[in-house]
Amino acid sequence: MANLESIVGKVTPREGYEILTKEYLSENVVRMRVRAPEIARERRPGQFIIVQTDVDYGERVPLTIADANSEEGWIAMIFQIVGKTTEEMSHFEVGDYFPVVSGPLGKPTDLEKFGRVVAVGGGIGLAPLYPIVQGLKALGNHVTVIAGARNKGLLILEEEMRAVADEYIVMTDDGSYGRKGLVTHPLKELCEADPKPDMVIAIGPPVMMKFCALTTKPYGVHTLASLNTLMVDGTGMCGCCRVSVDGKIRFVCVDGPEFDAHLVDFDNMIKRLSAFTEQESEARDATCRFRAMVKEMQEASEL
Amino acid sequence: MPRFHRDPQILNNEALEILEGLQAKAALTPKDRMAIPLQKPAVLDPLERSQWQDEVEKTYTPAQAVVESMRCLHCKNPNCVKGCPVGIDIPGFLKATAEGEFQKAVDTIKESSLLPAICGRVCPQERQCQENCMIGKAHKDVGQSVAIGKVERFLADWERSQGHSGLEVKPESGHKVAVIGSGPAGLVVAADCRREGHEVHVFEALHKLGGVLRYGIPEFRLPKSVVDGQIETLKKMGVHFHTDYIVGRTRKLQDLLDKDGFGAAFIGVGAGLPIFMGIPGEDYVGVCTANEYLTRANLMGGINPGHSDTPMYRSKKVVVLGGGNVAMDSCRMAKRLGAEEVTVLYRRSRQEMPARREEVEHAFEEGIRFCFLENACAINADENERVKSVTVQRYKLGEPDASGRRRPVPIEGDTYELECDTVLIAIGNSSNPLLTTATPGLELNAKGNVIVDQETGQTSLERVYAGGDIVLGAATVILAMGEGRRAARSINKLLAEK
Repeated sequence: MANLESIVGKVTPREGYEILTKEYLSENVVRMRVRAPEIARERRPGQFIIVQTDVDYGERVPLTIADANSEEGWIAMIFQIVGKTTEEMSHFEVGDYFPVVSGPLGKPTDLEKFGRVVAVGGGIGLAPLYPIVQGLKALGNHVTVIAGARNKGLLILEEEMRAVADEYIVMTDDGSYGRKGLVTHPLKELCEADPKPDMVIAIGPPVMMKFCALTTKPYGVHTLASLNTLMVDGTGMCGCCRVSVDGKIRFVCVDGPEFDAHLVDFDNMIKRLSAFTEQESEARDATCRFRAMVKEMQEASEL
Repeated sequence: MPRFHRDPQILNNEALEILEGLQAKAALTPKDRMAIPLQKPAVLDPLERSQWQDEVEKTYTPAQAVVESMRCLHCKNPNCVKGCPVGIDIPGFLKATAEGEFQKAVDTIKESSLLPAICGRVCPQERQCQENCMIGKAHKDVGQSVAIGKVERFLADWERSQGHSGLEVKPESGHKVAVIGSGPAGLVVAADCRREGHEVHVFEALHKLGGVLRYGIPEFRLPKSVVDGQIETLKKMGVHFHTDYIVGRTRKLQDLLDKDGFGAAFIGVGAGLPIFMGIPGEDYVGVCTANEYLTRANLMGGINPGHSDTPMYRSKKVVVLGGGNVAMDSCRMAKRLGAEEVTVLYRRSRQEMPARREEVEHAFEEGIRFCFLENACAINADENERVKSVTVQRYKLGEPDASGRRRPVPIEGDTYELECDTVLIAIGNSSNPLLTTATPGLELNAKGNVIVDQETGQTSLERVYAGGDIVLGAATVILAMGEGRRAARSINKLLAEK
């Protein structure tokens, strides 16, 4: 069983997309650079890739391209360890290969000179936000980044964001860093300020994006959200990722991932995200139990 | 050993007995041929087979194939050939089969068709070659026509078992051909262009090859070993395959032509964008397209729940909307994945169902419930937005519509609730925009299908050809193949003139 082998970390695929660097940005967030020259050449901010850890039975996991270098031929992905596949991915090391990395998928962010832009990122959402902030800055926008995290330890990409953004505001749920509170607080303040933002882009947990949209709506500030629905193929074939935008069915993988946040039915999207919660937690538990068992056996054999 | 609904041993013995009787005669008269009973292939027991994925219908034994071929009357003006989208010399290969010349028979098929193992299994023969067969006409039952498809399948499987299925390749021409999509159309173009000595590269967006043959059609109808065999043959011929390569995204089509040295390109990316019903409730949890359901099961390995990381719906009561082959694949797959009650809602009557006759019969045998002249008009959910039922509208047949079929008319007020936890939407596909929207200058019709020259298969772009479902809309494997052959002829002609 290929999956079990890759869990143990003894056998990983010998061909595919080589992992060039690997680092932990926080306790459960990993950044990897992967050799993928063609994707690096074609990708634009806002697009995503599909990654698999096993070609026969692995899930197709959509991950936003966090950074890329076309000369050096790599793309960067940042993922949070939340389920079985991301857990497995975290056990891939530098020099290992992901058997499948395909993309770039989705429509690129519509980057232009808007003027004053507020970019809101929550948790792992800061990863896809980073290339967009880079792109916005390159076009001469004034960009304020609002970075949200549960606590200081979970905040990622602070240094990188500070280096490009004009303003950088940190919000933590517990007040362990920056201001205590939700990202919507400074967002509301900015919307009330004069001049108000010309555009807001929000990427993060669905609930955060929903409330960002509710916050900006009364001020009539155009707001984009980058959606992270469940996907299977990621190429428009299955319709699993559909969301209701302005009452119409839209596919996140080919029509998105960014949509006008004021038109997205977030409540339905959140419900649809829970379609497989039961199966997912069972799979994660089984992996963890298996890994614990392997560790125990290894320790026993070392004694 | 699996249990059989019809046992291969018994069937083979019967065929041998018939064969002995026929061989005793000097020559067969049409009357003799008419009297030969239709040969039925072995079929797995419905109760057992609906628990697993094994191919339901088995290939003829050699004796059965010979006997079945002897039923052919060798009409002077064979209507079967006219019914075949690629014009296979059907009486020719049946004659060779009847004489036991299997290789000659296969070669006859291959003059026109390159994927007989697949077409023999998935073609809707009762609406093509077998529809006009004189034997069927004489019996007033298309089901009694010579089983052309089953003989074709036998021959293809026989050839594969002999280990020589490759096609001859001419010396390298120095030209490169890009084939986009590894479904039936693309595979045919790859074979035809490679035969001319061109260097052929097939680009597939997904992680496995075969397109709809892989993600769509289930194992129980088309074993993946058959698809793998076909692809292996092409690899042996020297065709290069690239998975995870999304032309339009990973590389622009124009770049393949202008920068990567491809002399011509073929677009065979299929339909692959599911259509929804447009009824209330399609966003609820538990509503999914047949594409999604079958992709999870087939491509992602969901048929092996212990192995696959892609979760499957845990369904007990499933409602399938639609009456085509995809609807049949979905309902039978749902049964195999543990659903206790599977209901197909189809708004016309059984006669109008577009699905292959055999698939419908197999679904019936497997205990699928069919409600004809009924359709969902709303999907209902509990407070967590999980599906709990569909509201079903009953229909009656009215005046014939543009397709010549009687139009279903809703009977006002005649609705009822049908309890379920999963709704599978299998009402068709429109064209996938991934490649077409990333390719400026490629002309599309209002439906998003690529417009091609009817004679050559050429698109509005120079050196770019297209075929299959991206041109036709959702159609069949054999039509896709026919389109592929047309485009391949044009490509080979174009490159020969260079």
